[in-house]
Amino acid sequence: MKHSTSRLSLALACLFSVALTGCGTSKEEKQEQDAKVSIDPNPYPSTYTPIPGESTFITNVTVLDGVGNEIKNGMVHFADGKIVAVGESLDVPEGATVIDGAGKWVTPGIIDNHSHLGVYPSPSTHSHSDGNEITNPVTAEVWAEHSVWPQDPGFGRALAGGVTTLQVLPGSANLFGGRSVVLKNVPDRTMQDMKMPDAPYGLKMACGENPKRVYGEKGGPSTRMGNVAGYRQAWSDAQDYMRKWERYEKEYEAGDNPKAPKRDLQMETLAGVLSGDIRVHMHCYRADEMTVMMDVMKEFDYQIGTFHHAVESYKIADKLKENNVCSAMWADWWGFKMEAYDGIRENIPAVHNAGACAIVHSDSDLGIQRLNQEAAKAWSDGKRAGIDISMADAWQWLSANPAKSLGVFDKTGSLEAGKQADLVLWNGNPFSTYTKAERVYIDGGLAYSLEDKSSWPVSDFELGQVGEGDAK
Amino acid sequence: MKKLACLIAASLLSSSALAEKVAIVGGKVFTMAEQGTLEEGTVLMTDGKVDRVIKGASAPEGYTVVDAKGKVVTPGLVGSMTSLGLVEVSSSAGVVDASTEASPITRTGAALDVSYAVNPDSSLMGITRIEGMTSAATSITYTDNLFHGQGAVITLDGDAPLLKPRAFMVVNVGADGAHEAGGTRAALWVMLENVLEEAASVSGKVSPSQEWHGLNTPADVNALKAVLNGDMPLLMEADRASDIRQIIAFKKRHSNIDVVLMHGVEAWRVADELAAADIPVILDPEYNLPGGFDQMGATLANAARLEAAGVTVAVGMDTHNIRLATQHAGNAVANGLSYEGGLASLTRAPAAILGVDDMLGSLASGKRADVVIWSGDPLEVTQVAEQVFVNGEAIEMESRQTRLRDRYLAVQEDEGKTPTHFVRP
Repeated sequence: MKHSTSRLSLALACLFSVALTGCGTSKEEKQEQDAKVSIDPNPYPSTYTPIPGESTFITNVTVLDGVGNEIKNGMVHFADGKIVAVGESLDVPEGATVIDGAGKWVTPGIIDNHSHLGVYPSPSTHSHSDGNEITNPVTAEVWAEHSVWPQDPGFGRALAGGVTTLQVLPGSANLFGGRSVVLKNVPDRTMQDMKMPDAPYGLKMACGENPKRVYGEKGGPSTRMGNVAGYRQAWSDAQDYMRKWERYEKEYEAGDNPKAPKRDLQMETLAGVLSGDIRVHMHCYRADEMTVMMDVMKEFDYQIGTFHHAVESYKIADKLKENNVCSAMWADWWGFKMEAYDGIRENIPAVHNAGACAIVHSDSDLGIQRLNQEAAKAWSDGKRAGIDISMADAWQWLSANPAKSLGVFDKTGSLEAGKQADLVLWNGNPFSTYTKAERVYIDGGLAYSLEDKSSWPVSDFELGQVGEGDAK
Repeated sequence: MKKLACLIAASLLSSSALAEKVAIVGGKVFTMAEQGTLEEGTVLMTDGKVDRVIKGASAPEGYTVVDAKGKVVTPGLVGSMTSLGLVEVSSSAGVVDASTEASPITRTGAALDVSYAVNPDSSLMGITRIEGMTSAATSITYTDNLFHGQGAVITLDGDAPLLKPRAFMVVNVGADGAHEAGGTRAALWVMLENVLEEAASVSGKVSPSQEWHGLNTPADVNALKAVLNGDMPLLMEADRASDIRQIIAFKKRHSNIDVVLMHGVEAWRVADELAAADIPVILDPEYNLPGGFDQMGATLANAARLEAAGVTVAVGMDTHNIRLATQHAGNAVANGLSYEGGLASLTRAPAAILGVDDMLGSLASGKRADVVIWSGDPLEVTQVAEQVFVNGEAIEMESRQTRLRDRYLAVQEDEGKTPTHFVRP
């Protein structure tokens, strides 16, 4: 088996900085191995640097710690970008800036696991419409981070609403829409400057009306059964692709010099899901469709992390719990299409009440600015329907559960010692229309301050234009 | 609370045939009229009309008493701009009467008349009215024509929804309007002026059989007559400050026309001029992003700044979720609008703008008895309408959504033993 240097392997060598050795070995000799082809899992690494912060101590404040506890007259200390302590009586640390939080509340920063900021930015011109690769129903090969425009003014608006971390997803036109990216909400020059270090990738998938509407007259799928056939074929192809790489690995480990399979970016992402490295975020409204998808999940042995929109989750909350799938929901959106017709106001609390994972998401550049109010509505509607959930538990919908959905709960999403100091000081009870985020800290750095107008973020797009630096 | 509301409703329904005299007793009453706010007041209603509002927590004899102590009482809310009754499901679900393409009856869109199209059985009616909205402006929202046709003011309860057919006309004079007019404002405004001039030049009605070669069809001309003489408000949609200045100039040229600004993202930049020209504004106060180059000045302070300049502000532009207008107004208050202005933006202001303030938008003698008892501050996201009265009658506080909720609460209790179609709570 004579090895020749193909254009492909040269290209791969170039791409992965893998040196090729042993070219030109003869048939008779014991075959020398080429360098093993391996794929860089992180070719667009984060260059995020937190805003420098100081040791800060908030006293006299109502704390929702994000994991179900409320502390009245509580204290929160963070330093060096991390939560140090949360409690009822802590000693004032030496050198810390002390903030009197009387009448105020502290919560973990809000995490929106469904945003299109940057890929469908403001202004919403066609030139900026970079969220749906509507060229094929399966585009698992595209990555949202390659579309994100960091100058979207929406990031700054979301920050003023207390959003500290967000997942930017591709749109829902396709069965497989592509990879998502998790950002820290500190708007900066580049996507990499905002990219959350060590956050897993997600894969956007979509059920129902959107793919069949978009592709119905473009070669399909044109039905829900067509959609499902599309998912199944793609997963099956991915299994085949994985087997090729496994064979390559095995032969290489055995001392042979196999030719590496041709890289397929689409299959790479799907294989990432099947191997558990990439989390599935699936746009799906109807209870019956979600249930079919959970069977597809079992058929191909992967995990759906979260159903997004999920307006009918209340109908199958038991099954969602059983299958360990989160639901990311609106408080009250409904009726804009047939699959959203059965939306009810108690969806979020009903899912929570069944012991399943409930998340409040926005999918909106306006909604993302007031996710606390979305949670407040769901919380109070649940209460009126007899589902009594504490505010402290309800805050899990905004921070802990989306963090779990994104696979970053070991880093952020609650006020527990050692976690990233992503938190919001609210000027009142955040379950109120009238309350605003007064200070937003990300990794311990002050990213937003309501009182300090000069500190408000202004994107390049708004600089030098009408309204620059105005109250937004 | 739901049970209490049902009891109230049941007692009222049983007695309504006899008396039709109902007193809502002891609430904090925002009359939105001359009487202002009564910390403890009683609303007296007879035969679907408000008799009067009195101080205190007791009703004269002969009234069926509804206790509202500790509650807030307001007029039924008026949806400023919706497509209620014209759309059930917006996308891919059959005819949507809120959108239109070319029709032989109209060339400019003025002739379109939604009063023929309102479906009072739409599920949106119940879903919306149980949240305190009892009437609304309804209109076509998508059209290739210059005008969006003649909108109507409707009640959200009952088989005869029209309170005022042909109540207003809508025209977009912003970027979208320019797009439909050939891609430029340079065409749009010339078109608008010519279309109106043509209608004005005809005396009397144009009969359908008469020979006619115009920019308008005869039906368009007849509809525009009411706009020209000021009987039908012209709702002009625009966001950019310069477009709004054009609207102000238009009003100066056509002093008879009752001009209203709609959407008005940059309206705050010309607030003083709008106030001087007596042009009110219907807006979405939460819109604070530069969605296009016409909206660079977008800010949450829009409503507050307009109010400060003396402009009448109405809040509430949506259809399926027009019920969230309370939250929108609340956020306007959180950003500087007065509380009174927040409530007025949902009641008195839209009623006045739509020309129906003789019957809607306030609690005063002779007004339609559309009244809401709230659990607390209506602008607070955690408070709700507990009992809604339409035309003097307590409505059933149920909708398709509450029925779905109750079915699946029951399914959960039943642990899925009964096939869901047979669960009828």
